[in-house]
Amino acid sequence: MSDKPDMDAQTLAMKRFVLWVPLVIAAVFFGFFSYALFFGNTSPQQRAIESQLVGQPMPEFSLQPSLPGRPGLSSADLATGEPRLVNFFASWCVPCIAEAPQLMQLREAGVAIDAIAVRDRPEDVFAFLQRWGDPYERIGADTQSEAQLALGSSGVPETFVVDGDGVIVRQHIGDIRPEHVPELLAALEGAR
Amino acid sequence: MIAETGLAALWLAAALCGLQLVFGVMALRSDDSGVATAIRPVAVVQGILTALAFAMLIWLFLRTDLSVELVAANSHSAKPWLYKFAGTWGNHEGSMLLWVAILAASGSLVAIFERRLKEKTLIATLAAQSAIGLGFYAFLLFASNPFARLSPAATEGRGLNPLLQDPGLAFHPPTLYFGYVGISIAFSFAVGALITRDVGPVFARAMRPWILASWIFLTLGIAAGSYWAYYELGWGGWWFWDPVENASLMPWLAATALLHSVTVLATRDALRAWTIMLAVVAFSMSMVGTFLVRSGVLTSVHAFAVDPRRGTFILALLILYIGGALALYALRVGTVREGSRFEFMSREGALVVNNVLLSAILGIVLIGTLYPLGVEAVTGEQLSVGPPYFNATAGPLALLLVAAMAVGPLLRWRRDEWRNVLGRISLPALISSLALFALVMFASPIGILPMLGLILAAGVGAASLAPLWKRNLRRTPLFTYGMVIAHLGIAVSMAGMAFESAFSEEVLVAVRPGDTHQVGPYTVTFDSTRPVAGPNWTAVEAGLTVRRGEGEPSSLAPQARMFSSPQTETSEAAIRTAWNGQLYTVLGNGDGSGRWQLRLWWKPFVTLIWFGGILIAFGGLLSLVGRVRRERKSMERESWA
Repeated sequence: MSDKPDMDAQTLAMKRFVLWVPLVIAAVFFGFFSYALFFGNTSPQQRAIESQLVGQPMPEFSLQPSLPGRPGLSSADLATGEPRLVNFFASWCVPCIAEAPQLMQLREAGVAIDAIAVRDRPEDVFAFLQRWGDPYERIGADTQSEAQLALGSSGVPETFVVDGDGVIVRQHIGDIRPEHVPELLAALEGAR
Repeated sequence: MIAETGLAALWLAAALCGLQLVFGVMALRSDDSGVATAIRPVAVVQGILTALAFAMLIWLFLRTDLSVELVAANSHSAKPWLYKFAGTWGNHEGSMLLWVAILAASGSLVAIFERRLKEKTLIATLAAQSAIGLGFYAFLLFASNPFARLSPAATEGRGLNPLLQDPGLAFHPPTLYFGYVGISIAFSFAVGALITRDVGPVFARAMRPWILASWIFLTLGIAAGSYWAYYELGWGGWWFWDPVENASLMPWLAATALLHSVTVLATRDALRAWTIMLAVVAFSMSMVGTFLVRSGVLTSVHAFAVDPRRGTFILALLILYIGGALALYALRVGTVREGSRFEFMSREGALVVNNVLLSAILGIVLIGTLYPLGVEAVTGEQLSVGPPYFNATAGPLALLLVAAMAVGPLLRWRRDEWRNVLGRISLPALISSLALFALVMFASPIGILPMLGLILAAGVGAASLAPLWKRNLRRTPLFTYGMVIAHLGIAVSMAGMAFESAFSEEVLVAVRPGDTHQVGPYTVTFDSTRPVAGPNWTAVEAGLTVRRGEGEPSSLAPQARMFSSPQTETSEAAIRTAWNGQLYTVLGNGDGSGRWQLRLWWKPFVTLIWFGGILIAFGGLLSLVGRVRRERKSMERESWA
């Protein structure tokens, strides 16, 4: 059963060659791993998943006012010619309290901010803004989470940067921390 | 001093590992028997030293010694002791130390117990094991030192990822590692056999128990990991095709194929080159998995220890070991004589089908796991490959594999007749048709994969018992029982998967106290919520009253937990297990006005998935004991002769 006598030199060479195939395949994988390691995105900060909505116009929605005396919010209100922020928040959301000072800071820097209050009641929203500050121009009441779903947002707080034509430029997931304020200001400036 | 003792033990072990390699090479070059006899004790002491180093690390974690960087970064004084203990390997450095400890322990076990293998091949095997060891000692000591001091010492630790604070996870990683790293023995055996050109039945019989042992641990580790993900992540799924899960599945697939091909080699002296190749591939998959998970090139829900610099180090080790073994394979396997031939319709033929299908599934899983990397490299787009791909590609092959598994054990070695085979599988085939009939007549329409899964599970369950048919049960060898039980376990597990995916019911509701919902055979009433506190978390706990039909009501209490260090929320599912399935309840967010999100699942026969896994591992254990006992007997007989 050893090497068959009728095997000619060519088949023998062929057989020798085939034995190297596993190593060649492995080498391809190694090259690929090296590429991924040295040129791919491996730092977690870069891995924030970009929303598919970035570059898209705001989806259609139209929300009733959340507070008496303050206008509600619809997607048509956003194409004002000036870039602005749309902030999803709720009075029952703890990180929203954490980001409130940053929103106030943005407001003081002259940024126009609209809000969508998610699954909330007017009296709670009122109390929240009394206590933690009120940076908003318009506040829409998203009682059924419909705007939230239309925007593919997964939770509160979440903030969208919208340009003058009502097109989404950036989606910020989670609370705005002090270090995010310059980034957002830059994004707003870039959308001008 | 504890940390310094651990570090010293580790350095000593590394030195001994180097010595083991030098001795091995010397003994192979000349016939110096002095060096050859020294290699076994060196391997044993090396194993003991790494075990000592690991024990020191456990001690540091139990004491929460915050002057050690690793402890400060991953532990917390308020943590329950079990998680301080398990926290030892719940981080990169600690788990790499466990890796190395198991690698060294495997080497010393081979040095102590392996008597069957030719002396030269054994020396080559131990040399290969130490060559692997050296690289990983270097990695540990230079790039991931677990004993590094922190000065000044921290006042409090940063805590362990709450998802890992679970009794199941205390023991899942060590179990998985024993399999993952234990399979390195097969790799070293293969390298050893290539060096001495000693590939044959004796080699295969010597290697088989080691493969079986690590395969049992892999099986248990995967089953435990799957159950952990099922109840701890609160998503109600038992397999997510996550890169880390795939990283443990790939060595299992290769080891399963190896287990079957090594039997062909041991019994019939065929598939020599292929068996060697599989042994190399199995451990290569372990190393590739470690690389993918640790380097951060893939994102994963499990990726809790990511560092690209370490990735470079592991990649270098990968290239060295896998590349080296494959180059040796290319140079040497041509000189290994071809084994015996056989007909397709034979036990060997069926085992080849098993190997081809397992390898194909392995390829599919590997490509699916790496595909996102490839796409990102070419187009820069980020995507993830999930169940739709894996189920559609690996699913049908797995079903084919299981069908082949029903027939394989009923075939004779060397050559068999189609007619006889058909006779032997007629009863299982009948049972499958009855299952098909019952599903079509009595069940609501279900997907094609679960449907085929259920039909096959019924037939295969019967077929797996068929090898015992008309045999003297008391004289049937233990390893035949092992095979029967392991194959039965596959059928049981598959039945669980098919039932779960075909007949699960899910209800997602927003409830107020007093609301009642129906899911499966249960009515669930939401009574109240109350705050509860644990040692390092607070939670909102829902009080649910659960009633099955007209039976006695009982209560379940799912929690939404907030951990204080690090700050994380987890959901603790509450599960009621019945003989025919599980009620799985998860508490979601409140809306602030007294309504709470509640997710309820009825999962019929879902427990069969893990029960099957335990059966598979138990079958493996019976085979292992049976094989070892028979070897021992035949060795005794030889020494008498």
